[in-house]
Amino acid sequence: MAVASQPLRILIGKVGLDGHDRGVKLIARALRDAGMEVIYTGLHQTPEQIVNTAIQEDVDAIGLSILSGAHRTLFRRVLELLKEQDAEDIALFGGGIIPDEDVPTLTAAGVKALFRPGAPMEEIVTFVKGLKPQG
Amino acid sequence: MQERKSRFTSLSGFDTNRVYSHHDLKDWLPEEELGAPGEFPYTRGVYPTMYRGRLWTMRQFAGFGSAEDTNRRFKYLLQHGQTGLSVAFDMPTLMGIDADDPRAHGEIGHCGVAISSLDDMERLFDGIPLDQVTTSMTINGPAAVIFAMYLAVAEKRGIGLERLDGTLQNDILKEYIAQKEWLFPPDPSLRLITDTITYCAEHVPKWHPVSISGYHIREAGSTAVQELAFTLYDGLTYVETTVKAGLPVDRFAPQLSFFFNAHNDFFEEIAKFRAARRLWAREMTRRYRPSDPRSAQLRCHAQTAGCSLTAQQPMNNVVRTTIQALAAVMGGTQSLHTNSMDETLALPTEEAVKLALRTQQIIAQESEVTNTADPLGGSYYVETLTNRLEEAALDYFRRLDEMGGMVRAIERGFPQREILDAAQRYLREVERKERIIVGFNEYVEPEARQIPILRIGLEVENEQVARLSDLRKSRDSFRMVGAVEALQEAASCGENVMPYLIEAVKAKATLGEICLALKEVLGIYRDPVVL
Repeated sequence: MAVASQPLRILIGKVGLDGHDRGVKLIARALRDAGMEVIYTGLHQTPEQIVNTAIQEDVDAIGLSILSGAHRTLFRRVLELLKEQDAEDIALFGGGIIPDEDVPTLTAAGVKALFRPGAPMEEIVTFVKGLKPQG
Repeated sequence: MQERKSRFTSLSGFDTNRVYSHHDLKDWLPEEELGAPGEFPYTRGVYPTMYRGRLWTMRQFAGFGSAEDTNRRFKYLLQHGQTGLSVAFDMPTLMGIDADDPRAHGEIGHCGVAISSLDDMERLFDGIPLDQVTTSMTINGPAAVIFAMYLAVAEKRGIGLERLDGTLQNDILKEYIAQKEWLFPPDPSLRLITDTITYCAEHVPKWHPVSISGYHIREAGSTAVQELAFTLYDGLTYVETTVKAGLPVDRFAPQLSFFFNAHNDFFEEIAKFRAARRLWAREMTRRYRPSDPRSAQLRCHAQTAGCSLTAQQPMNNVVRTTIQALAAVMGGTQSLHTNSMDETLALPTEEAVKLALRTQQIIAQESEVTNTADPLGGSYYVETLTNRLEEAALDYFRRLDEMGGMVRAIERGFPQREILDAAQRYLREVERKERIIVGFNEYVEPEARQIPILRIGLEVENEQVARLSDLRKSRDSFRMVGAVEALQEAASCGENVMPYLIEAVKAKATLGEICLALKEVLGIYRDPVVL
């Protein structure tokens, strides 16, 4: 039995206070359509809730959407919590309204990828698929 | 001659013919479907003179950082010829959370101004004559609390409430449908809205207590038809609730206003504004038989489509915004916000906002489209589109009626799913290049051009937290607690909460404290997950 045949499990969530969920839901649908198991958290999650759910659900990656400008604080907090919980094997990626100059700092801190308005869905799906090597 | 495509469709998916003629308007009677401008069914506009009498209000939505930062931006906009104010609040404020709440960390002042107490509201309007400007406040969940703060500021300055003019968005149904910023469950939320409507009818007669909004529905990915249908149906729901609460329709309906999106499909958007006016006039008349003609007149604000802007080649957004703004004007809007070119990246800079305002001024002063009312009235194409939009919206009305009304439909996730499906259809069309977006999926340039963006520092948050801590120390806590308890009492026995809210904010209860106290009485809500 090849372990790699297990579908990827991805937590998709909205962290923070903003309720703009058009993008995140379309991404959740696209990942699901690509054969992944998608756990969608719904709105207004705290970083603590996100990390706890991610661990409980044993996901391979967390994808977060933030459109309120609070990305610098929130992504860092999720990374810290993953570290505290010894769950750094869970990859973190995200998207939203994120200015160019914030991208290098966040990726240096450990965010695997950041997708901004207009990122093609195919690119996001390909990126997520690449998170787990197929064997 | 071979055509470029096998099928031409409007942005909302209507098939579009090569040409339209009188054959498309069979049995169409202009006296019934149009009337004159200012006459039932108001298809051609709510005023006989339209922009010959008065131009639309140029109202740029603004708010960021601290109350002082936003106060400066307001004064800047007023100096440059803006004619009305429009407040954007930050996420914690929109969610009824104080700046020193842990959930607010990192969000203070980012997508609007932070207002946690009456003191903040006073600083926000410092030096601005509240009886001479009109103020629009985009807030929904805690709308009644923020409105109470505004009224308390006016009272403190000795300005009679009857002189205040402006708009409270206060449209909770579209929050459950699209924008997702609510505090309480739908039924108690509707009651708070009825309270604000009733309070305004008695004490703040020039105020518009609800701005029934399609803007956010469209931004969430809906079609023009869904925007039109869900918005007007929301409006009818507010009217029904208020009439049932005992207020005669003519006491409040003239003060209801609407807020629509102005998107890319030029003619479809113009038709949407026209169809909205006709549909509202007909439905209000049919359902409530008002004696005041203003009860059936749909007045609206419009904003160009934020979701149509691209992060790529941001200067192109100026052009998009111009076309959209022109559609709103040709559609007969009463008020307009034009987006700034940098808004897919961050809040707009002063320069970008000025250019957006200048766009409106150029349309108003140079294009001469303002010289005649409803310039496209009688166009075979625009009239056909107007008819189709109205029919399609009525079809949604019937489905919503069958579900038992909008609240029940929301609980079933119906409008949410319809919108998400439309958003997905649109995304696929763009990905397949069935719809071209310049600079995005065609005419792409490798290097993004850098434009300056507005930054909000963490010092805004620190300052705001410190201020709130001072306020908590210096206020008379007995008075504050007493006022909040009186408010809870009023909320639980169904009294109008507005007078109690005004007392509570004057006693320096914070936004967060008041909202928490109300949640204890009114409950909280989790939405159905629609994927």
